[in-house]
Amino acid sequence: MDKETLIELVDICKIYHIGDTEVAANNGINLKINHGEMVAIVGKSGSGKSTIMNIIGALDIPTSGQYFLDGNDVSKLKGDALAEIRNRMIGFIFQQYNLLPKQTVLDNVALPLMYARVGEKERKTRCMEALEKVGLADKYKNLPTQLSGGQQQRASIARALVGKPSLILADEPTGALDSKTSREVLDLLKKLHQEGNTIVLITHDNSIAVEAERIIKISDGVVVFDGEAKEYKNEVMANTENRMG
Amino acid sequence: MKLWQTLKIVWANITGNRMRTFLTMLGMIIGVASVIILISLMQGFANSTIDSYTNMGINNITISLKGRNGNVMLKEDDMYQYVKEHSSTLKGVSPNVTASGNLTKKTSKIENGTLTGIDENYIQIMNKVMQSGHTITYSDISIRNKVCIIGSYINNTLFKGAAKVGDTVRFNGEEFTICGILAQSSDSSEWSEDNCFYVPYTTAMRLAGTANVTNYTFFAKSTDVVSTETKEIQRFLFKTFHDSKLYNVSNMIDILTEIQSQMGILTSVIAGIAGISLLVAGIGIMNIMLVSVSERTREIGIRKSLGAKHKDIMRQFVLEAAATSTIGGILGILLGTLCAMKAGELIKINAFPSFNTVMLSFGISAGIGILFGYLPARKAAKMNPIDALRSE
Repeated sequence: MDKETLIELVDICKIYHIGDTEVAANNGINLKINHGEMVAIVGKSGSGKSTIMNIIGALDIPTSGQYFLDGNDVSKLKGDALAEIRNRMIGFIFQQYNLLPKQTVLDNVALPLMYARVGEKERKTRCMEALEKVGLADKYKNLPTQLSGGQQQRASIARALVGKPSLILADEPTGALDSKTSREVLDLLKKLHQEGNTIVLITHDNSIAVEAERIIKISDGVVVFDGEAKEYKNEVMANTENRMG
Repeated sequence: MKLWQTLKIVWANITGNRMRTFLTMLGMIIGVASVIILISLMQGFANSTIDSYTNMGINNITISLKGRNGNVMLKEDDMYQYVKEHSSTLKGVSPNVTASGNLTKKTSKIENGTLTGIDENYIQIMNKVMQSGHTITYSDISIRNKVCIIGSYINNTLFKGAAKVGDTVRFNGEEFTICGILAQSSDSSEWSEDNCFYVPYTTAMRLAGTANVTNYTFFAKSTDVVSTETKEIQRFLFKTFHDSKLYNVSNMIDILTEIQSQMGILTSVIAGIAGISLLVAGIGIMNIMLVSVSERTREIGIRKSLGAKHKDIMRQFVLEAAATSTIGGILGILLGTLCAMKAGELIKINAFPSFNTVMLSFGISAGIGILFGYLPARKAAKMNPIDALRSE
């Protein structure tokens, strides 16, 4: 494995048991994502993209296959070891922001550092840095409910950044936002990418996906497209024309 | 996460839901308070029972001498000498001579009254309080003077409560001059210690027609020394008589031991019944913690996705349950102490809870929180983060 690779999935399968029947959500996925890339994983609902996101995010482990994150095999880890990986290496951005409503913006942003047992002084400095980066430094004392949707999503981006993770994993980050604030959030993610962060964006929306430089399309549990955003655009157009023609 | 930060989260959750927290605590408050009240009242009652037995002579050792062919061999002076030699454990000794008969004052009459012969120290040893007059003197005893000390029952019955020193009263026709009147110590009823008629023991011996004192009462300084002192007296008497059939030594310590053990059993039974309310309170806490865990499923999912480990989640919920029940326990201790003291005042016993009772209640309430918080906390900690995040 070369040094540049951050994520490597080898023959990932995930099988769910629903009653007596087995349902394969992922059926042999292979892919590599390098440090500093901004990749969008697209797919319709039921395509298996959420399952692959859960595995990449160390929220779940595959039934078979291997997952290397920065060279470490994560696919056989359990419980607290996975929690440790999530805490140190992954920053999550969710569609519904997932901020704790009764805690201030600062306390929310501080959560990953608290679980990493970072001392209070350093914690506060790093939280304020992260909040400044997303333009919310003046709102640190507010409760999430006192912020607009866009501001809440920026707070959750600050929370994802604060632990200096190797990977920022964004699950439909603009799904709950209007088009103007969606634009702002996407621009912010692009800016973070330019600063060197690795970003994986999960979405069902092609117009969001094309903001990334590379697109991986999942369908029926397998990778059906992996290439540059430009190529993807062409292919989508061709498909549409075929259907219309 | 560090303990201090977890405590801050716990406190925020407890205070953020005041009504619910208070209602959950209420079970604990009532449970702990009832344990405190019942145990304190039982202990107060046991102590006052023991006190009253002490007044009745739990510290007394009585001996009765049969002697060889009517020769009792030991005189009063031998007994006084013995007490002097054992002054660290004995307060004194009194000859024990009684006679029964009718007490009369002009037309008023008490049938089957008891006359008790005493020495000059008896009133002081027994801590009796003189309302007026003086106690029987050494010279009264040596000249077999016909003087008497009466208790409030006789004062009330024969003199309508207006007896004075110098008044006379007849016992089986013999006239006695009152030299002292005792203050009321119980309730002035016939069966209380206020029904007493004390005369010099020498005078009593003549009335009873005996030449020798055969019964004595020794007064121990404390209940603890009664058994050992009983054995000492037995040894002393054996040296004189060389035959244990010629004397008898007895005390009430066995009765006291029996009472104490029965009170102990009763206290445990009552505390056990009150303890059931603590169990109910614990179940209440578990119930509300389970509700809290379900309500906060999403929060648990968020915390887990950000790196919370099993023990972080566990600790948060166990501490929340423990804090709820411990605060409830402390309030219960305060309430219970207050109620026990008020109830004690009402029935005239000292029912202030002992330090052990308070510590036990505190420990039990904290323990119940941890015990009943464990299951809900485990449920929270074992949640799958993906499912937890998906919940609304």
